[in-house]
Amino acid sequence: MARHFDNELRDLKFSLLAMAGQVEEMIALTHASLMERSDAKAQQVIQLDKGVDELELRLDQACIDLLALRAPFASDLRLIASTLKIVPELERIGDHCSNIARRALTLNPMLPLDAGDYLRRLGEETHSMVRRAVDAFVNLDADMAHAVIKDDDRVDALYVQMYRELLRIMIGDALTIERASHLIIVIKNWERIADQATNIAEEVLFIIGGVSVKHPYLQVPPSEG
Amino acid sequence: MSAGETMTEFDSQPAVPEPTRASTDYTGAPPQVTTKRISDIPLTDTAVLKAQSLLRIQDLNLFYGQKQALFDINLEVRTHSVMSLIGPSGCGKSTLLRCLNRMNDLVGNVRISGSVKVGEDDIYDPAVDVISLRKRMGMVFQKSNPFPKSIYENVAYGLRIQGVKDRAVLDEAVERSLIGSGLWDEVKDRLKESGLGLSGGQQQRLCIARAMAIQPEVLLMDEPCSALDPLATSRIEELIFELKRNYTIVIVTHNMQQAARVSDFTAFFWMGKLIETGLTEMLFTNPRVRMTEDYISGRFG
Repeated sequence: MARHFDNELRDLKFSLLAMAGQVEEMIALTHASLMERSDAKAQQVIQLDKGVDELELRLDQACIDLLALRAPFASDLRLIASTLKIVPELERIGDHCSNIARRALTLNPMLPLDAGDYLRRLGEETHSMVRRAVDAFVNLDADMAHAVIKDDDRVDALYVQMYRELLRIMIGDALTIERASHLIIVIKNWERIADQATNIAEEVLFIIGGVSVKHPYLQVPPSEG
Repeated sequence: MSAGETMTEFDSQPAVPEPTRASTDYTGAPPQVTTKRISDIPLTDTAVLKAQSLLRIQDLNLFYGQKQALFDINLEVRTHSVMSLIGPSGCGKSTLLRCLNRMNDLVGNVRISGSVKVGEDDIYDPAVDVISLRKRMGMVFQKSNPFPKSIYENVAYGLRIQGVKDRAVLDEAVERSLIGSGLWDEVKDRLKESGLGLSGGQQQRLCIARAMAIQPEVLLMDEPCSALDPLATSRIEELIFELKRNYTIVIVTHNMQQAARVSDFTAFFWMGKLIETGLTEMLFTNPRVRMTEDYISGRFG
């Protein structure tokens, strides 16, 4: 039986994708603002954040409306409940991009700091995780969601490596401390964006399987229950 | 101190920053659904999970003449829990409910195989006394059906036909039952007035009081709220919540939200077959069977 509700759920998904699209654009611009040392792109990031915030408000309301008016069950319920949790993750990614963009504006007039290839890789890996987490949501692809969760380890490792590299640079030359400190905050924000992609992937697995995969250490193995 | 020495000191005590969200060890396998996961343990009412089964339906088949209406039903209802039976019209849920107090005996041409046990007693044992069985199973119907008698006599009826004449016993039973069904305060000053003068919701609570007066173990409810407005419905639902402290309740409902609100367990029927049963919160958030999912989310039925 065709349901009017299905159209409403489709609209909700489209709105979430629109928000994810904006956030991905922010990520791309954020990365470029660092790589190309572009103030213009950093400014664009900061401006795009407002649109993402607006979409958060609209999506929150849409979810509350659907819960109240449709009293959904089963996969409909899981989709809406998870959307309510994915939306703030996307909004936080936007905030992290803004934070990085502000640091980029500070860093761009300064001399470049050669900290190796880490910054490029961090931006690319993190962007890829967010993109694939959103794709996993669209296609309800559990394999892709698992892959995203796994990739968080790579981003964490890159973050640790670059942090150490920046420490080395600072210890070697006190004149680099200001720039390196800004960069430490930049990479911390990338690391957090990757965490948010992981959280989105976990929500996707909840939509698919109906079981939370969060905090595996709290999950009692069936044999012990 | 030279830069080299500093580096050595640093390397011996690496100030490794912790990622905010460190590695999460998933076994890689897709999430397994078991009732043992923490997230599956309901936040409330764990008592019903430990309760013994009071009703045990085993391999129950029912035929109306040549037509089979129930197929191999196996279902248990735990003591002092609420079990909802849901499913589209004609799925067999009301037929099953009527099996529980042998009301199908009143329909001609019915053949039943399998067993239904209340505690240790098989209610289809030929030796069973149907009247005393029905005393253990109170029934509330879709349409409230008070007798054309006073409120008092409606509640006292079951005891009177059992031969109880002692006024004090009857008074006590009437008051206890009306308090239990939440009607006492509304009718205590007009117990001699006709039960038919009450509102629909009050009449339904009168019928619940009448069922309670004979102190059954089980209350069977066949769509008890379908003719009531939302306020009267929520009074009955609150009442069901209270009643399950002392009674085991089986309720047939077409209202999925009602099943979700009042019951601990839900069983979904389709075409005379039990398709899926489980904890209500699990059945409504994460049904195992596609057909259940489609039904509860309004895709068919």
